Amino acid sequence: MKLILLLFALIATPLAAQTALPPAPYADQQLADPALERKAKALMETIRCLTCQSQSIADSNASMAGDMRSQIRERIMAGEQPEAIRAWLIARYGDWVSYEPTAAPILWPLWAAPLVLLGLGVLLLRSRIKRKARS
Amino acid sequence: MIAETGLAALWLAASLALLQLVLAFVGVKGNKPDLLAAVRPAAVAQGVLTAIAFALLIALFMRSDMSVLLVATNSHSAKPWLYKFAGTWGNHEGSMLLWVTVMGVAGAAVALFERALRRDTHMATLGGQAAISLGFYAFLLFSSNPFARIDPAPADGQGLNPLLQDPGLAFHPPTLYLGYVGLSVAFSFAIGALLTRQVDASFARAMRPWVLGAWVLLTLGITAGSYWAYYELGWGGWWFWDPVENASLMPWLAATALLHSVTVLATRDALRAWTVMLAVVAFSMSMVGTFLVRSGILTSVHAFAVDPTRGSFILGLLALYIGGALALFGWRIGAVREGAPFELVSRETMLVINNLLLTVILGLVLIGTLYPLMTEAFGHKVSVGAPYFDRIAGPIALALMIAMAAGPLVRWRRDQARVVSKRLLIPFGIALLLSSLVSALAWGRIGILPFLGLVIAGSVAVASLAPLWKRNLRRTPLFTYGMVIAHLGCAVSLGGMASDSAFTVEKLVAARPGDTIETAGWQLRFLQIQPLAGDNWTALQADMEVRRNGASVTIHPQSRFFASPPTSTSEAALLTRWDGQLYVVLGEEVEGGRWQLRIWWKPFVTLIWLGGIMIALGGALALLGRERRGWLMKWRARAAA
Repeated sequence: MKLILLLFALIATPLAAQTALPPAPYADQQLADPALERKAKALMETIRCLTCQSQSIADSNASMAGDMRSQIRERIMAGEQPEAIRAWLIARYGDWVSYEPTAAPILWPLWAAPLVLLGLGVLLLRSRIKRKARS
Repeated sequence: MIAETGLAALWLAASLALLQLVLAFVGVKGNKPDLLAAVRPAAVAQGVLTAIAFALLIALFMRSDMSVLLVATNSHSAKPWLYKFAGTWGNHEGSMLLWVTVMGVAGAAVALFERALRRDTHMATLGGQAAISLGFYAFLLFSSNPFARIDPAPADGQGLNPLLQDPGLAFHPPTLYLGYVGLSVAFSFAIGALLTRQVDASFARAMRPWVLGAWVLLTLGITAGSYWAYYELGWGGWWFWDPVENASLMPWLAATALLHSVTVLATRDALRAWTVMLAVVAFSMSMVGTFLVRSGILTSVHAFAVDPTRGSFILGLLALYIGGALALFGWRIGAVREGAPFELVSRETMLVINNLLLTVILGLVLIGTLYPLMTEAFGHKVSVGAPYFDRIAGPIALALMIAMAAGPLVRWRRDQARVVSKRLLIPFGIALLLSSLVSALAWGRIGILPFLGLVIAGSVAVASLAPLWKRNLRRTPLFTYGMVIAHLGCAVSLGGMASDSAFTVEKLVAARPGDTIETAGWQLRFLQIQPLAGDNWTALQADMEVRRNGASVTIHPQSRFFASPPTSTSEAALLTRWDGQLYVVLGEEVEGGRWQLRIWWKPFVTLIWLGGIMIALGGALALLGRERRGWLMKWRARAAA
């Protein structure tokens, strides 16, 4: 049994290697400038891996995630700003690709939620304690 | 025969639940003691029967009985015994049977061990537990039968997702479910109290240990799940704001709020309606989480097989139970008198602030998790992930930490702001000291949240010890120690999170055997690559000699290949030191005989889970302390009589 499995592994390895084509040189290669690499990394952590189950491209083994990491590093190296790259990715793949919700009107309630919830809570709290302090 | 016996046990348990429901409600309503006498035995028998059914399913998995559909689709005879055993709940039907079993056993425990609760409320509580169990029995028996046969039986099974083939599977789901489903007890208590109109301090004292117990297990389950994801996924992340993680976080947030409000109710007879509401919300969040995970509307490693009818079934149960509980709440809560009033500067106010902030975080996590589903209904696909949650929930969580540090230093009933601020002087000084220290060390290199995290973790750690200051440590009650340790655990965990995001050093290299890699003060010598075979996998293993200064250690990151189902996983090598963890992953082979390596040095990352364990330990001590005091008082009363 173990022999068969070993054989399987030997066949599977080159197959797995082939899926890495076309080459993405910066998929797993850091940029030489640490500041640029930090910028690229921060962006990658907020970009969704489209072929995975809720993972960012910063922590995915999928080959497509590798391609996207490489793209991001190359663009950062070429001097592009992270938000411009995000906009480019969104134009290409839709809002879904960005874990950071955009400012699209359909998302306004989402951004308003914390203020509304906190406001409601504080109002509730204030009225209660005032009333209670008086009594 | 085993499968049929298991199914029979389930049907019998379901019928007993129906009987228990009818007996309890008719008995409580008509005040018929002879009917009520049968409620507790029914609950106990139900617990025993579900446990038997679950044990039988485990037996089927252990024997690799491929004539059972569930075993054939989720197991394989070549799997190690641990994964045959734990694989029992590594699938939809098995995990739902675990759910029902926990519910049955928890109901039996309430029947056997609950002594403090008034008798009619106790019976109504057991009726409530039976009512919610019934829905899940129906779900299991009508749409997720774990004991269904397959004919002809296949020669062997399809195997278990290799990502799940890890000792974590034996520990994480059962603990999580014990907590998750244990909250059903709090829900039933709330139903019982609403039915008998007994929402008071003695009710809260009876409910508290059950809430504490479920919360401790939930904390452990989440901590274990986080560490498992951290080492298994191979990218060094420990929390992904994945909808499934959120599904376990939401009940935890609600239970944490409940834990604190139930203390206010027990001590000061205040926050009556709110506490009952939280008890309903906590288990509702468990059910919402299960719906999100099991319906298949979210994709995740937890989602197993997807079947839309199951989704609608759980959605129906959700609507029935949450809607029913809220309707009962609305109908009865008017009859519950307002609790005792309280002052602005008091422990009560601090606990209300705790509840407010926890509830707001809960609301935000819920909205953020459901939002993509809502926009998708309008044809607009969006993602809400870490950037949203970090930015929105992070600052509120930090505010919560500060409230947590200050809360125990404020007296019940009434305190003076001047005195309280004096008590906070030392932690505040520490905060100032830490801010200047961290600024000097890492200004401009770390983000604002990690910076605040480090400073707040340090000062909260000191402040959380303050309740022990100038006290006779031998006479301090156990539950005070529990609180101190749990709060300290929060600070420890926060420190780990902040340190990980502020100071982690990442190194990605393609290296050849013989190469030496240097990063973050570590030297890694890549010795060789060798093939390896396990029970149901083969692997390529890298041997690496690692040293910082002084003696060297050899570590072995692996890349594993599983045959059934065909998948590869990476097994990270973790080297734990007092000041952090070295995390090494072996990737694919690249051209020129070089191998892709991912190396992280993560300073103090282990504090995250150490803190989680401390939080759970604190809860366990508090539980033990309260219970022990109860036993002591009972014993003294008996001795006096």
